[in-house]
Amino acid sequence: MDGFRIPIGDWVAGAVAWVKDNLEGLLDFISFIVKFLVNGLTEVLLGTPIVVLIIIAALIAWAVRSLWMALGTAVSFALILSMGLWVGAMQTLSLVIVAALVAVVIAIPLGIWSARNATVRAVLKPILDFMQTMPAMVYLIPAIVFFSIGVVPGLVATVIFALPPGVRMTELGIRGVDSETVEAGHAFGATPGQILRGIQLPLAMPTIMAGVNQVIMLSLSMAVIAGMAGADGLGKLVVEAIATVNIGKGAEAGLAVVLLAVFLDRVTAALGTPGEFPSSLLGMVNRRRASQQASKADAAAEAARAVASPHRAPIGGGAV
Amino acid sequence: MTETALEARHLFKVFGRNPSQAVRRLKAGESRTDTLDAGTAAVIDASFTVNRGEIFVIMGLSGSGKSTIIRMLNGLHDITDGSVVVGGDEIAGVPASRLREIRRENVSMVFQHFALLPHRTVAANVAYPLELKGVGKTERMAKADEVLAMVGLDGWGDKLPSELSGGMQQRVGIARALAADTDILLMDEAFSALDPLIRREMQEQLLELQQKLQKTIVFITHDLNEAMFLGDRIAVMRDGRIVQIGTPEDILTDPANDYVEQFVQDVDRARVLTASNVMERPRPVVADNAGPRTALRQMRDAYMSAAYVTGRDRKLLGMVTDRDAVKLVRKGETQLTSILKPVPQSVSEDEVLMNLFVPAVESQLPLAVVDAEGRLTGVIPRVTLLAALGTGPNSTEEITLPLPPVSHAEIAAVLGEAADAVAPSSTVVLGEAADAVAPDVATEEEVR
Repeated sequence: MDGFRIPIGDWVAGAVAWVKDNLEGLLDFISFIVKFLVNGLTEVLLGTPIVVLIIIAALIAWAVRSLWMALGTAVSFALILSMGLWVGAMQTLSLVIVAALVAVVIAIPLGIWSARNATVRAVLKPILDFMQTMPAMVYLIPAIVFFSIGVVPGLVATVIFALPPGVRMTELGIRGVDSETVEAGHAFGATPGQILRGIQLPLAMPTIMAGVNQVIMLSLSMAVIAGMAGADGLGKLVVEAIATVNIGKGAEAGLAVVLLAVFLDRVTAALGTPGEFPSSLLGMVNRRRASQQASKADAAAEAARAVASPHRAPIGGGAV
Repeated sequence: MTETALEARHLFKVFGRNPSQAVRRLKAGESRTDTLDAGTAAVIDASFTVNRGEIFVIMGLSGSGKSTIIRMLNGLHDITDGSVVVGGDEIAGVPASRLREIRRENVSMVFQHFALLPHRTVAANVAYPLELKGVGKTERMAKADEVLAMVGLDGWGDKLPSELSGGMQQRVGIARALAADTDILLMDEAFSALDPLIRREMQEQLLELQQKLQKTIVFITHDLNEAMFLGDRIAVMRDGRIVQIGTPEDILTDPANDYVEQFVQDVDRARVLTASNVMERPRPVVADNAGPRTALRQMRDAYMSAAYVTGRDRKLLGMVTDRDAVKLVRKGETQLTSILKPVPQSVSEDEVLMNLFVPAVESQLPLAVVDAEGRLTGVIPRVTLLAALGTGPNSTEEITLPLPPVSHAEIAAVLGEAADAVAPSSTVVLGEAADAVAPDVATEEEVR
């Protein structure tokens, strides 16, 4: 058995070398775009006065969820600031935002495609399994070979790692839309594109948003590992803390990651289910608008009900 | 009215691996279970035509293929074999874009579970087909409001479908199909998901709308009562085949086979059969220019105390009673018009039996049935009304009347004799007496 060994590792290394040699232009282009986006966003975040940024974050939290969430956000961000981790947190935040955006932009079309095509689904499934179960740090090796140390390999690895739930949840959401409703679209002569935009995507939106939420959370967890590839941010601080066995520094950086994670998770989860948070700013605005319309409509509706079904007792409140 | 709106010819639908082989074998006479290895046959050799402006009901239990058929009519299921012609256009094998055009312009659909778009308001749901047609926003919203008013949902346009009850949601479904303004409406178990009271209300409303709009409706149901109530014609399906097509009365009175007959047993006949289905030849009836003697003779032959009087064209003018006629004869007059009384109760031909009971009880004579021009077309004696409610092949045909009672004088005479005799069984005597008068007492068949 000594002589028998399938050299998969060599093959992969060969393939990586080939890509490195022959697709340099493409790799440089990707590298340029990623650096531009991440560094640009980091500069914007760091360029904004810290107080303004905290207020904006709190307002976002209030808009989608509640006043309590806004308060919690302000306290969390203040805590990060007080630990002296503001710059690292903003670097990580911009890495996460860009990585999640890229992953979502790739994942949703792939999910739609695989929902409508059984062959695509069959091909994608093992690939997604592979992407999700391969230890995340392994991606860093070819990524570093391609893009050298820095934020780019970290982001590429993050995107690969965070992509699968986006694809899966999009596919699941679209295939889970009530088939009779889709049939109704067909029955009235809608084109496949009209059915996708007008029926499938809106109805699958809660599931797709749950997928986006997962993408963001995975991006955040991976962004820390990206610190090993030299990406600036909280991850790098954690890696440094491990290298120097610095318990205090590690705990602070870790806590900052958790606080960021909670903020991102709560905001994106609320975006997926807007109806569940009546005390949010958006919820209050919607309700005020709806109640104005309803008061106009109710009188007419009651009259209409009397005409439509005179034998039934009046229905309290109009709607049942 | 008999213009064809939709025609299906030898439709086959087979789901499975080898549909064309299955069709070939089914055509060769193999049964549905024989061809299971090639595919599941959902519809087998179904042919029917739907006339413009009629409600055509396809009825069958679940798994009989009725939902598959209706989806082949607008191309939601592609046709394995055979053809469907909608308003002159063949559906089988047309390109997808043409099919979409036909769906937008010719055929709309109402679904069992409403299939409304939950993220759109009621009005936006109703306007959806117009949006697909490319109608501008203000125009389509105006049309949506108009159609919503038609189905009794004025002012509900701004609500979301989830805020409405089931019956109201299905009204939105109907409004959406009406807004599309197509000639043909496909309704797939449209009322099956509603509770019975609401279902009845919706059925009545559908008939009302249909009277106004005169659409061509193909209605799918598993409920024979619903089929009978709504359908101008009904196709009964079993195991993928159409076993009988006919009017509700045809199906009820002349079921094609045991299967249909079993089905029919549960039908509420009183709501399906109409006066014209059970009425008999009008009797006793006299022309207005006949004399009181003729009238009396008629009454005597029919064992009635009054007779209907008709004018020219058999138009029902009124009735005369035997007492008045006797007086008239004694006075020596010959004009019936002087003793003419108005008919207290008459019903139209298409009234269902349900609505005949009270008039029949209140009517002195067998209930008069008149057509739209007021002509006396038949009468319904109470016994006939009762017999029509039972099942059985003859229940809607004329029946023989029971023997009329023997006259009082005769009974008195016989009882007198019996008192003299040495305790003979009175029943036997009565039987003999009845036999004795039998030659006079002809059955109705004989009088006719």
